[in-house]
Amino acid sequence: MTFINLLWVLLLGSLLGLELIGKVPPTLHTPLMSGANAISGITMLAALTCIVKAEGNVPLLIIGSVSLGFALFNVVGGFFVTDRMLAMFSRKPSNKK
Amino acid sequence: MTLPEIIQFVIDLLAVLLLALGIKGLSKVKSARDANRLAAFAMSLSVVGLLSYYLGTSGIAIQSWIWIIIGSIIGSLFGAILAKKVPMTSMPETVALFNGCGGMSSLLVALGVAIFPISTSSLINQVSISVSIFVGAITFTGSIVAMAKLQGWLSTPGWTQSKVRHFVNIVFAVASLIAFFDLINGNIGSIWLLVIVSFLLGIGVTLPIGGADMPVVISLLNSYSGIAAAAAGFVVNSQLLIIAGAMVGAAGLILTQVMCKGMNRSLVSVLFGGSLSAQSTASSSSGEYTNITSCSVEECALTLEAANKVIIVPGYGLAVAQAQHTLREVTKKLEQNGIEVVYAIHPVAGRMPGHMNVLLAEADVPYEQLKEMDVVNPDFPATDVVLVLGANDVVNPQAKNDSSSPLYGMPVLDVQEARTVFVIKRGMSAGYSGIKNDLFDLPNTSMVFGDAKKVLNDLIGELKDLGVGEK
Repeated sequence: MTFINLLWVLLLGSLLGLELIGKVPPTLHTPLMSGANAISGITMLAALTCIVKAEGNVPLLIIGSVSLGFALFNVVGGFFVTDRMLAMFSRKPSNKK
Repeated sequence: MTLPEIIQFVIDLLAVLLLALGIKGLSKVKSARDANRLAAFAMSLSVVGLLSYYLGTSGIAIQSWIWIIIGSIIGSLFGAILAKKVPMTSMPETVALFNGCGGMSSLLVALGVAIFPISTSSLINQVSISVSIFVGAITFTGSIVAMAKLQGWLSTPGWTQSKVRHFVNIVFAVASLIAFFDLINGNIGSIWLLVIVSFLLGIGVTLPIGGADMPVVISLLNSYSGIAAAAAGFVVNSQLLIIAGAMVGAAGLILTQVMCKGMNRSLVSVLFGGSLSAQSTASSSSGEYTNITSCSVEECALTLEAANKVIIVPGYGLAVAQAQHTLREVTKKLEQNGIEVVYAIHPVAGRMPGHMNVLLAEADVPYEQLKEMDVVNPDFPATDVVLVLGANDVVNPQAKNDSSSPLYGMPVLDVQEARTVFVIKRGMSAGYSGIKNDLFDLPNTSMVFGDAKKVLNDLIGELKDLGVGEK
């Protein structure tokens, strides 16, 4: 991957993000923010790469592991919290029946 | 392309598609929960893709596995426990904390790669490392400060409201720029300077911002953490990271914009304007209340009993008192008596847009009864009773009438148009913006002083005595 190609990826990814959430009902702002926040924990992949490529370099292994911990804290916590919030909305229709 | 490359490529492609569908689905009520699971699935898929690639090529050393497992277990465990335990009222703080940790993760990766290069270091590599550290650090300390402020652990120090703060922050910014160029010149030691001043900058920028603007800040920091992730993607050469980070960064910006609109604040004034209350002390709008009417719970119950249409305006005070379930009891009684009950939800009710909807949904309030501001505003003149529960700034008529008020121009709920307004409040303290509320002085407004939960409980008792809701 050349740098230029990665820049294209960055540009298109940003445009996708801008387009994806055009209209959001206010109800969903908090869950959406929380869900997007969980996705930003994708840096766990960078942390994993770091650990795998450390080749026995213990300080790097430790840094990678701590980083992985932080990222997964973000990811796992973020998705669970979002699910908790959304569970309250989806319960509604079944109550009405 | 070798086979492991092809496999990873296909999995990455699938993961990006699912992540995009996930974010898309999260913006619709019906699909939101499934979309969240889809996004979670896509994230685990991306991990499988990455690990399978390394297993197929260089292999993964036992030692690496050990550290992967240690990090994963500890991080996931803490995340899951916190997510299960935290009360719904502290959602904004929790999101801020998670967000800060995401930023920290990007920072650590960049730091690790900078000190122990895993590939040939190039200029591009060093720039992306610097960006990742800079944005990651700001995200981390900024989020922690935001969390501490929302939790009430941290107040706004006086000096941060003076012009000094701009000077201090500019010094930090310049220092980080110097560290950045020094780093690119090959002086690896200056990375620590970059880390430290970026941390300080995150604190310096967030600390002066008032509590009322915190949701906007958290949303913006959420966007930053996406940018930090994208920068980390450049560091480790991962397209998936760049796409996902860019998507979150862009989506976060849009959301920030939406929130700013709801509060009638521009992003610039949120970031550099300081706290609202600090501005208002100088303006004419602050002053003493002259015409406060306070009334008992009993009077309130009598008026409610005679009403045909009631609108509830919930605010953060309701959430703090954990009174949403008690409120639901009250409205159930009124409904059983044939009284029409509607909840008016201001776009920024609670501490975050949509926060109030989540809290009321928790108390089983039917979705159809939650009305957005634009829908409900024309209804107020035909409304008999408005119950304001722990909301303040969002019902302040100053926003419409007083052009000197800092709130002027903010969209508000026109509760004063209703025949009677009851404001349930603990005392006469100002709202989150710190501004006097003209509503309280109006002749058709009565204050019911007390903790929201206690007042509502008393109200249930009074309504029972009146025979409301018993058939």
